[in-house]
Formats: sequence, structure tokens, C-alpha cells
Amino acid sequence: MPTRRRALLILAVLAALSQLCIAMALMVGSIAINPAEVLATLVGDGGGTAGDVVRSLRLPRALTGFACGGLLALAGALLQVLLRNPLADPYVLGISGGAGIGALLAIVLGFGVGGINGLAFVGALGAMLLVFGLAHGEGGWTQSRLLLTGVIVAAGCGAVVTLMLAIAPEDRLRGMLFWLMGDLSQTGDPQLVLLLLLLVLLIALPFARELNLLARGADIAQALGVAVRPLRRGVYLLASLATAAAVTHAGAIGFIGLIVPHLVRLAAGNDQRLLLPASVLAGGSLLVVADTLARTLLAPQQLPVGVLTALIGVPVFLFLLTRAAPGRH
Amino acid sequence: MSGVAPLLSSRGLRVGIAGRVFCRELSLAVHAGECLAILGRNGAGKSTLLSVLAGLREPEAGEVLLAGRSYADLGARASALLRGWLPQERSEAFSSTVLETALVGRHPHLARWDWESETDARIARQALASVGLAELAQRDVQTLSGGERQRLAIATLLAQAPQLYLLDEPLAHLDLNHQIATLELFARLAREQPLACVMVLHEPGLAARFCTHALLLFDDGTTQLGPCGEVVNSDSLSRLYGYPLREVGDKGQRWFMPA
Repeated sequence: MPTRRRALLILAVLAALSQLCIAMALMVGSIAINPAEVLATLVGDGGGTAGDVVRSLRLPRALTGFACGGLLALAGALLQVLLRNPLADPYVLGISGGAGIGALLAIVLGFGVGGINGLAFVGALGAMLLVFGLAHGEGGWTQSRLLLTGVIVAAGCGAVVTLMLAIAPEDRLRGMLFWLMGDLSQTGDPQLVLLLLLLVLLIALPFARELNLLARGADIAQALGVAVRPLRRGVYLLASLATAAAVTHAGAIGFIGLIVPHLVRLAAGNDQRLLLPASVLAGGSLLVVADTLARTLLAPQQLPVGVLTALIGVPVFLFLLTRAAPGRH
Repeated sequence: MSGVAPLLSSRGLRVGIAGRVFCRELSLAVHAGECLAILGRNGAGKSTLLSVLAGLREPEAGEVLLAGRSYADLGARASALLRGWLPQERSEAFSSTVLETALVGRHPHLARWDWESETDARIARQALASVGLAELAQRDVQTLSGGERQRLAIATLLAQAPQLYLLDEPLAHLDLNHQIATLELFARLAREQPLACVMVLHEPGLAARFCTHALLLFDDGTTQLGPCGEVVNSDSLSRLYGYPLREVGDKGQRWFMPA
């Protein structure tokens, strides 16, 4: 169990790392901008093309990416505790599927960015309420019932998404595919999503030690003084809102919510008091790095960032799995 | 009987599951210094009754009082300072060390923003030492054997330091010497602290030796409650288990052999 001092130290290092990642994202691109110019722009008096590029293009995009990565990692960490399943990720309960239906519908109907985001959020909320309502029927809540309901709703949403892709007009397909793979190129003002990230983290942190107990089993947590019912509902709600916010802004970016909590758990243990904020910082940083690669690797062509997080995530995950196995015996 | 409220009491308790009734109108009182054994066949409702007594499941009727107050009245945290519960089954979804797991027992003693202090770590280490796990403090729980996990769960409970211990098959997975050591530990705690234990046991001889009282849960939903000397005998046990048992005495101890 980490001491408070060690936890703060780890968080400070991660915070410095994420600033470095964001700084890199501001410098790299079709126009290379040196650190001094970036600094000048951020302080406020930097003018010219460099200033415009940093202020109106790269900074909002990097900050949105950071916030979405943080939200996804946080939602993943929360759901892994809620479902007591280290393989849970933010999309396992069908939230991204619901958002996908909403977003694709908006694209087919020819809505702008605002309309796409709005309908995506409505879809995410709909899937969330559907799963919550179905899993919360007569017999109360069990992890397996919630998980199964979520998986089935996600599968249903997946089928609807495929159907929409099949019958959509040709000229809309590319936009739809990019949204599904996760894409940060259409981002606007990052303030709202950053604020949401901060809010979700601040609500979750006071309950971090209770989440440690919940991870060991609901009855054990209850016997040790955790009010399990309200805590579970709160965690579900919080994780769902975090996922919905991230998916609405950046599409269904995969693997961040699964991989990042795992990485942090391997490096620093499973104490949620450290795991939750560390996952936010690491998830944000990873998405910023992946997005920077997405827009520079094949420049001027932009890749959907979801492809890169998956390309980074899959080998990392496989490596972790093979590494974790010997320690168990 | 003193005027102090018993640590655990129930009035008119009716416990059942899926249409089956395990006990009706059960009234019991467990005071500090007492050890109550719950005996019965498989599926007689021992664990279900224990989880009702632990406040983890609602009774079909009646009420359970902890030091004179209901669980709803006390709230989860205040309840956890009074009673601890040893589950029959545990599964660890995530890896953590043995010491971290024992420290979990300190949760109800800490305020919301507290981190475990040196004192808490010392209490957890003492608890580990008292079940013989001190040397495994840094091991991953997922590498422990069944018996070691059971002792770790007992250590977590000891670190919680409640006044009432509700133990669901505390001897499961334990070898013979750890079975006796565990029962001696709880009997001594009950005598000396004093605190109270309620435990589900399968061996009536051990119940007669280490517990002061016994509750027999018969298959037809009737119960028999009283001091071990009165309730635990070859007649009642033969009826309880549906198999003839013979009492054998040696050096003041009573054992029950399948006839």
C-alpha cells in the first residue's frame, strides 16, 4: 500500500509527463514551432501564423484529447472495480454503442459538429439508462447481471450501427467510419470536457478507499462499513457520464480505458486513491501522444486516433498478459 | 443477565430463501463473553441466518439488534465498528499483498481522507502474526493456498477489531492444528476481552468444547437454542444430522461418533 507521500510523488511525476506530452503536441505538426515560440504564444503576446496555429488549432485539440483520454481511463478504472473484472472497459456496458447510433444518425442526416455531439450524447444516455433499468430489475443488482445486460445492449447497438453503415449514402461513409474509430480532428472548445474531467475526478476521489473495498466484494465491503448500494449506483452513473462525455467529443476511441488502468495498476498497485488520479494523467497523456502521431505520421493525411491507440494498446496488453502470468505461481 | 443490552439479539426472526423457511420466531441474545455455535445440515440455512445477523440480508420478518440498535439506525460504518463477518467464500479479482489485504480491516476506523498510519500497519501485522502469516506479509494473495487465504481473512477480521465476530465456517480449508488454534483464539478473545462470537461449525465435538451456547437448525424449520451442555447431546444431534451419533467422553471432553 503506497504511503500518501509516495502517491503524491508518483502523481507529480505523471503531471510533469503529461505537460511534456501536451508541449510536444503543440510543437509538432505541418509547421514545426520551437519551444520559445510556443511559450510566447501561451503567455499571450505571440503573434503571427505560429500563434494562430497553437492557439486555435493545436492547443484546443491537445486539451480535448487530454480530457477525453483522462475520462476514458477514469471510467475504465471505475468500471473494473464496479464489475470486479480487470477486463472491463468503458464500452463494455454499451455506452459507446448508444453514442454511435446517435452520432451516425446525425451524420446521415447531415448535421454539423454540434448536432453530432448532441445526438451522440443522447444515444449514450439512452444506452446507459436502458442498461441500468434492465440490470436493476426485480432481483437487485449483481455484477454478472449488469455485465451481461451491458454486453447484450452493446451487441444490439453494434448491429444497428452496422445496419446504418450498410444503408448510408456513399459520401457520408468516410465521416461515419472516422467517428466510429475515434477522431479528434473535429474538436472545438475544450473547456467543457476539461471541466467534466475535473468534476468526475473530484466526486470519485473521496470514495477511493471505499472503492478499494468494493473491489474485494460487495458483501465484504458492506461488512467493513461501506454503504454498497448507493456507492455502486454512484460509480455506475459517474463512469457512464465520463464515458458519454469522452465519446461525444472524440468518438469511440478504444483501448485507453482498458490499458491505462492496467498499466498504472502494474506500476503502482491497486489502491484507488492513487490509481484514479494516476489513470487520468496517464490516459490523457497517452491520447495526446497518439493523436500527435495520428496527425503527423502520414501527414498531410490524418489518421483516426482510435487506430493508433489500438495499435499501441494491443501489443502493450499482450505483453502485460504474458508478463503477469509467471507472477501468479 | 445484566442490564446491558446484549451485543447481538433478535426478536421474532424469520429467515428463508426462495420460499423455504429456515427458522421462525427466532429470538436470541448473545452477550459479551459468549460463543454461539450454529449447527445444521447442508442447506439448513446456517449461512443465510448468519448473513441476516450480520445485517447483509433482510430477514423475512422480525428484527436484528446490534448492541440494542438496528443496522439501519447505526449505519454501515458504525455497524462495522461493532461487528465483523467472515464470509464462507472469497475471490480476489485483483492482486494485492497479504499486508494490504489485512489492512483493509482498518477501514471503519479511518476518517474519509485518512491513509493507513503506522499504528494501523502495526495492528495488521499483529493480526497476521496471530494466525501465523507474518512471514507472508509481502506475498500476493493470489498465490496463497486455500488454508492461507482463510487465515488471512481471519487476520483481516482481527485487524477490524469488532466486539462481535460472525464467522461462517471459520475452519474451512484449515488443517487440524490451525482449526484448533483458530477456535482457541476466538474462545480466548471471547473470554478475556470480553467479546462475543457466533460461528457456523460442522463438528459438534468442537462446538461443545469451544462454544458456550449452540443453536441447532433443523430441516423442518424448527430450532433449538441453549447452553452447549443442554442442547448438544447425542439425541438432538442424531435428529439434527439424520444419522445416529454416539457420545464418547474422554478427560472431560465430549465427542460425537457416527454410530
